[in-house]
Order: sequence, then C-alpha cells, then structure tokens
Amino acid sequence: MTGSTRERRTGTVLLLLTMLFAVLPLLSMLSAALQPQGSVPSGISWPSDPQWHNFADAWRVADISPLLVSSVLLVLGVVPAVALMATMAGYALGQLRIPGGGIFFVLLLFGLTLPHEATVVPLYHQMRDYGLLNSRLGLVLALIGVFMPFAVFWMRAHFQSVPVELSEAAAIDGASRWKSFRHIQVPLALPAISSMCLLLFIWTWNNFLQAIVLIDDPTHRTMSGALLNFVGQYSTDVVLLNAGSLLIMAPTIVVFLVFQRQFSKALLAGAVKG
Amino acid sequence: MTALGSAPARAAVGQDVARRAPVRRRRHGSWSGWLFALPALVMYGVFVLRPMLATVQYSFFDWDGITVAERVGLDNYRRVLTDPDLVSSIGHAFFLIIFFTIVPVAGGLLIAALLQELRQKWLVTGARTALFLPQIIPGAAAAIAWVWMLSIDGVVNQLLGLVGLDSVTRAWLGDFTWALPSVGLIGLWLQLGFCTILLISGIGKIDAAIYEAARLDGAGFFATFRAVTLPGLKAQIGVCVTVTVIAALASFDVVLMSTQGGPGNATMVPGVLVYQLGFTESRVGLASALGVVLTILVLVVILPLQRFFRED
Repeated sequence: MTGSTRERRTGTVLLLLTMLFAVLPLLSMLSAALQPQGSVPSGISWPSDPQWHNFADAWRVADISPLLVSSVLLVLGVVPAVALMATMAGYALGQLRIPGGGIFFVLLLFGLTLPHEATVVPLYHQMRDYGLLNSRLGLVLALIGVFMPFAVFWMRAHFQSVPVELSEAAAIDGASRWKSFRHIQVPLALPAISSMCLLLFIWTWNNFLQAIVLIDDPTHRTMSGALLNFVGQYSTDVVLLNAGSLLIMAPTIVVFLVFQRQFSKALLAGAVKG
Repeated sequence: MTALGSAPARAAVGQDVARRAPVRRRRHGSWSGWLFALPALVMYGVFVLRPMLATVQYSFFDWDGITVAERVGLDNYRRVLTDPDLVSSIGHAFFLIIFFTIVPVAGGLLIAALLQELRQKWLVTGARTALFLPQIIPGAAAAIAWVWMLSIDGVVNQLLGLVGLDSVTRAWLGDFTWALPSVGLIGLWLQLGFCTILLISGIGKIDAAIYEAARLDGAGFFATFRAVTLPGLKAQIGVCVTVTVIAALASFDVVLMSTQGGPGNATMVPGVLVYQLGFTESRVGLASALGVVLTILVLVVILPLQRFFRED
C-alpha cells in the first residue's frame, strides 16, 4: 500500500508540473505584454508597474474589432451549414443505411487523414476560377467541405447508436422520412450536434491554412489568420506583439473556460471517434 | 419521398404481425435515402476530393499557375525524391514524431499509470482546463508564444540560468543544430496535455479489480504496467499515436509562424514547403507532387498503425 501512495504522490507532482508546463507560455506572454512599451522584456517577471493599457493600444494597432466581426461571420457561415448537412448525412449512413453508403464512408475516412496542405494549391486555383478568392464566402465553402468528413463521421456514430425501431415506429405512424428526421431524430441528436458545434466553432475560429491561402486582406480572415501579418509588422516590438497575440487568443480561451466541461467531453469523444 | 420511404416499412409491418425478424433483416434502405447524404457529399466532393484529384493531375505538369502548363511525366516526383532540400524536409517531419508522438505518449502513460485515477475533483477540473489549453488556442498563436519563450531573453534561457546552465543559453530557434528540436518542443507542448488527459480518462475505465488482483499477486509497478495498463489502454494509445503522428507529418502553422523553415532549411517541413513552392515560388507542379507524396506517406504510416491498435 505504501508503494501505491508513493506512486500516486509522484504522479500528482508530475501532473502538476505538466499543468504548469501547459500554462507557462501564456504566463510568459502576459508578463511580456505588461512591460512598458519600447522596453526589452526578459523572461517571466511580474512587472513593478503593469501597463494594462498596452492591451488597449494593441487592440487599436492590431485592429481587433474587424477581426472579431470577420471571425464571427465565418463561424456563422460554417457551423450551422456543416451541422445540418452532417446530421442529414449521418442519418442516411447510420439509420437509413443507404446502398453504397460503405463507399461514401471509406471516402470520408480518407478525408480524415488527408493532410490539407496537399489540397490548398489546387483549391486556390479552383476558387480563382469560381471568382471566390478573397471573399469570405469562398473560405466558408472551403471550410464546410474540409470539416465534413469529421462531422459526418461524428453524426454517423450517433445515429448508429439510435435503435432502428425508432425510425420504423415513425414509419408505421405514416410520418415521412423528412418528418421523422425533423421531429424525432434531430431532437434526440441535439446533445451530439451541440458538442460537435463546439468543436466546429473552435476549428473555424482557429483556422489558419485556408484563411491565409484564400484571403489576402487580413481583416477578412479568421483572427488567427490575421496573426501572420501582425507578426510581420510588429515582430520587433515584443510588448505589443505579445499583447496583441493574447487579445487574438482571448475569445477562444474565454469560450473554452465557459464551456470547459462540454469541451473536455467533446474533445475526448472526438478523439476516440476520429 | 414519403411514398418511397414508408412503403417498404409498411409492407414489413404487414408481415410483422406474426414475427419481428423481417423488419430487422431489412439491412439496406432505399436509394432515396441518398437525398439526405447528397449535400454533404457534394460539399466534400467539390472542396476536398476535387482539389485532391487536381493535385494528382498538376503533379505531372510544370506549371507556374498562370501560363500554359507543360506535361513533364514523373519529373516532379523524381525531384521530390532526390533534391536534398525536399528529401530533408520529409526527414524533418519524421524526426518531429519523436516530439509530437513518442514523448507525449510516454509522458502521458507514466502519469496515468502512477495516478491510476484522479480522486480530487479540483485536480480533475484543473488538469482538464490547463492541459486542454494548448489544443484550444490557435497553433499560430502558440507559435508566437514559443518564439518569445525560446528567444535569447525568453523563459527557457531564464530557467536554464536558474539551474546554472548559463553556458548553454542561446537563441534556440536561430541555431542550426537546435532549431528543429526546439520546434519539436513546441509540438511536445501542443500534444502532451491532450495525450495525458486521454490516457488518464482511459485508465479510469480499466476495472479496478484487475489492479487489485495484480497487487495481490505481488506484481510491482512495472509488471502491472506491462500486464494491465498497456493492454488496457491500447485503444487510447492508438488514438494518441494516430492523431499526433498526423500532426507531426503534416505540421504547418507552428513551423510557418515560428521559423518559416529556417535557419537555412534546418526546420523545413513538407507542409510549409508545399505552401512556399505553390504560392511564393509559383512551382505548382512540384508543390503538388510533394503534396501527393506527403499524403501517401501519411497513409502508409497511419494505416498499419490503425490495424495494429484496432486488433485485439
């Protein structure tokens, strides 16, 4: 028994160290962001006179307001569309068991492992042909496609766990497939749909690759896509760079802290399903 | 759709008066069900599969993205597999697996095995919050945080100074030898928390009676680890390995934002190289061939791993 207690104590210490390691870069950023502007900060140290107004300055300099609006617009374009299409497709694969569904499923599995760098170059030329370069609509459409494999996979797993008898009972009542989907299946699937939406929100908000490739104007990108230009402009001003980057991270961190339990569940389940 | 959809079901119900079996046996629905799957398939097809096929097509051409493309057969692939810069970028991606996969999985396993389960509620909440943070913030922002951490005035050097290692301090990301391991450290930071949480939650699902039995048999920590923990966590380890290996081989945002592949080519990875070749250097054919090779590499590595971790 004593050995076991000692193991647990070692484990707890290691866990606390890992937790410290996880937050250390953010603390280091905060420490640098609060130093006087124009100074050259060094390591982590709590500033004697924390300059909280640096954040206000960084907000102005990094032009955060349009970035927030842009990210929100992208999320509103991507998340509901993916949720609707993936729920329908998940229902078709998991409940209706459409003929040829297996082939569709294998295609989706391929999409889950596909490195997106492999598709961005042709995607750029394709969007240019469609006249959708530098438009949020183009980025929204591209992201809907990119997130689809995971989302359908997720919803299929949910619908497989719903007893087929439920659909059959609805059919006996004379409900059309669409009605039974709309009024019976979707309400039951809401927990699965909402945790998927949390993940989709984070992935859209944090999207970087497609955002920098498809949109030139940083203020039309996602917030993290805009970081690329911000770094280019302020790489020498350590204080402002850190303050601005923290501001850009803040919305995701706040949403994560608010929905911490749901996120943890979704991330764990998402990993196991994916 | 209404008629199509419910007619077979009603027919089945007719038979169903005597037995339930026929309803169950109807394994496949009708083709009309595809109407539900169609929007998803179209979006996926147009914005993922079509570009992927185009990548394969482009890879056989020499094209600057604007003028007429010239068919060059397998030349682009020959370059990908012989040009030292391109080959070394693939080597770097595999080297990163040590930091993205091996260290996080080993560290997570060690912590999970020592803790068995988290009993204190505050520790569960605290651990989940802290350890998921690296997964939640944008990779590009994580890279900026680490550029500052690894700079000459950064925390890494500060900590080294505290333990008396002033002699080894340097600008880590600018050092030809140390830049790639430093990028690896960023990857380690990204993946460690996720693997740890996933493995702790997995070990909590192993029947406590098995551990009790192992203890009664007098099995020590390592024997229990080999006989109970490792097999019990096989599925979770598989998930960690799959996710992190893909992240290592296809790394992009962290490298682009921290080093852009430099100094020289010391931290160049295929993802960043595809981006640079395809957009800044306008060598679309070569970029596409590298993209195809990267895709094949990921599949060749992931499929056997999946098979290994799925089998019982």
